[in-house]
Amino acid sequence: MNFIRFITGSIKIVFQGSKTYYAWLILLLLLIIWGGFGYSGQLAHGLIQTHMRDSVSWAFYIGNFTFLVGVAAAAVMLVIPAYIYDWKPIKEIAIFGELLAVCSVIMCLSFIIVDIGNPLRFWHMLPLIGTLNFPSSMLSWDFFVLNIYLLLNLVVVTYLLYCIFYKIEYKKSFVLPLVLFSIPMAVAIHTTTAFLYNALPGRIFWNSALLAPRFLASAFCSGPAILLILFQILRKTTKFEIKDEAIWKIAELMVYAMFIYLFFTIAELFKEFYSGTEHILYWKYLLFGIGDHKEIVLYSWSSIIMGCIAFVLFLIPKTRKNFITLNIGAFLIYGSVYVEKGIALIIPAFTPDVLGQIYVYTPSMTEIRTAVMIFSLGFLLFTFLSKIAIAIVFDNYNIDSLTPKKRLSKQVQPLIL
Amino acid sequence: MKKDYSRRSFIKNISLATFAALALSGCDTEAFDEFLQKNFKTLSKKEKDEIVKNLESKYKKKYGKEFHVSDKPAIDGTLFGYALDLSRCIGCRRCVYACVKENNQSRNPQIHYIEVLQMEKEKGIDFADSNAQYNPEKVPEKGYFYVPVQCQQCRKPQCVTVCPVRATWQEPDGIVVVDYNWCIGCRYCMAACPYGARHFNWGEPTLPVEEINPEMHYLGNRPRKKGVVEKCTFCIQRVREGKYPACVEICPVGARKFGNLLDPDSEIRYILENKRVLVLKQELNFQPKFYYFFGI
Repeated sequence: MNFIRFITGSIKIVFQGSKTYYAWLILLLLLIIWGGFGYSGQLAHGLIQTHMRDSVSWAFYIGNFTFLVGVAAAAVMLVIPAYIYDWKPIKEIAIFGELLAVCSVIMCLSFIIVDIGNPLRFWHMLPLIGTLNFPSSMLSWDFFVLNIYLLLNLVVVTYLLYCIFYKIEYKKSFVLPLVLFSIPMAVAIHTTTAFLYNALPGRIFWNSALLAPRFLASAFCSGPAILLILFQILRKTTKFEIKDEAIWKIAELMVYAMFIYLFFTIAELFKEFYSGTEHILYWKYLLFGIGDHKEIVLYSWSSIIMGCIAFVLFLIPKTRKNFITLNIGAFLIYGSVYVEKGIALIIPAFTPDVLGQIYVYTPSMTEIRTAVMIFSLGFLLFTFLSKIAIAIVFDNYNIDSLTPKKRLSKQVQPLIL
Repeated sequence: MKKDYSRRSFIKNISLATFAALALSGCDTEAFDEFLQKNFKTLSKKEKDEIVKNLESKYKKKYGKEFHVSDKPAIDGTLFGYALDLSRCIGCRRCVYACVKENNQSRNPQIHYIEVLQMEKEKGIDFADSNAQYNPEKVPEKGYFYVPVQCQQCRKPQCVTVCPVRATWQEPDGIVVVDYNWCIGCRYCMAACPYGARHFNWGEPTLPVEEINPEMHYLGNRPRKKGVVEKCTFCIQRVREGKYPACVEICPVGARKFGNLLDPDSEIRYILENKRVLVLKQELNFQPKFYYFFGI
């Protein structure tokens, strides 16, 4: 009963907002509808509406999935200091990190659903009623760790908000073990996703031991970038106070991640290009194109250039502590990792294909519209959840804020009974 | 208050009615049964036979022709192997089209189980420099040789390992098959296959009724639907009846050899013992049962 009132109270908050808030919702709804019509075409006619074919059988959808796994994993970057070191300025914000993780994992699963040929047969993967190929298939591992991670974050964040809503002290003995468990799980979701690709000796481009470490490093660049922006928005629009130092601290952590990412990439490139075996072909396609096929070069270099500028902006203390250049850097690194995961990681593994043939892939309009639909849905969910969290955490929205009429009816009922 | 309640109940009723109407019109019992059908490998002989019988009547209704769908299991003591004579192949692609016809592949969008690669003699077997789109007046062209590639029927097939739902497996006679009713279409197997042997039905496959091969196997050439993966099965509907695969039969130069690896007197065993064979991408250790050799 208490929980239902927490939920109804939360739903109420979602419908209260300024004009800007409603304008944002309408914009998202329009994008969802526009994207949804693109996706309905794919549902009706099959994946032929995408530009994927037998040569390039995985592409933009799975790339988006990979990117969002990274975003979800990066939520721990805030959770670790918040709970373990009891670091005050970040503690409240960690709730938003967890909400971001929840939304990201939901978007991940959506990208998988749109990518498979028979979404209705998804139940074949369920334990007991289906025939999940566990532990052989890395996809079955991914299925488990993603769902556990989703559940974990959902439970922790709901419990914390519930406690604040009812003005009760949360039980540390309940939260801390879950939070501690969520840290290795965050590493696990990203590592498992990397292993998904890594485990295929037939795809030489992915068959490098550095793939998983690079995944983690890049996730710790892009995930916090979103949160950096979010902090500043929260600071401007709510009562929440976060010191500049806290934001710079996170930016500093991101510099380490970027440096490690850059170092791993250089190590990979050195090995490939200095040894110059036939395996170099895929990197060549990515960076320079093969023959007249240079379509993907634009993506790869834009990712590299954005990443390098962001690294410099974050590295120099003066630009890191200036909020304009800091925000530019955050957007650039986000964009860089998005293009890297969305296109540059997947496509070269399939081009040239296993028999050496080149099929040039770039995303089709259907794929872009479907991606827009999922991202808009994710943003919508995140907006709602953040709205609830802001109200409860910062605006003192609690059980007493519910209308007196409802409170009365609750008090009357036990009398009748 | 009362008014509000009745309006709510009205909305509730109307949405229930709409849902029921949608459910009735949208899915007939046959589609529903098919939706609930279990993984073929986990079924008993009786259940399999029943499914196969239902399929026959379903196809008759759909195409207006008599079809025979078999679920014949592997014969004890057989392990199928294939050998291809690179020195004889002339790159005519007759095998490609015989395969399409035999296995009821989609004509549009086109699905080919066999891809013939044209390679430069000077470079040897080199995929990066090979050409699958060669289209001269006459084959073979001077300075080139031809390497047809299809499913290599690996002894350690990674496509099977990675499938998240066990929709594909290796039969006791060594043939890797797909349950088209169980495949969710994730295409992980296609990413795993180093030979490009697996093909996806990106759109609804089209198949002219008059060209349908009526002799079918459940795990082989029965018509597929969009959104599932398919592949070469060594013509499972033929080889389990003691016939050669269609590509072997059509080859005009006799470059294709097929047989039981467990039978010491088979032609395939003769080739393994008397010719020097190679397998493609041997370094990956997938251990194909598809050998290439130079006969002359």
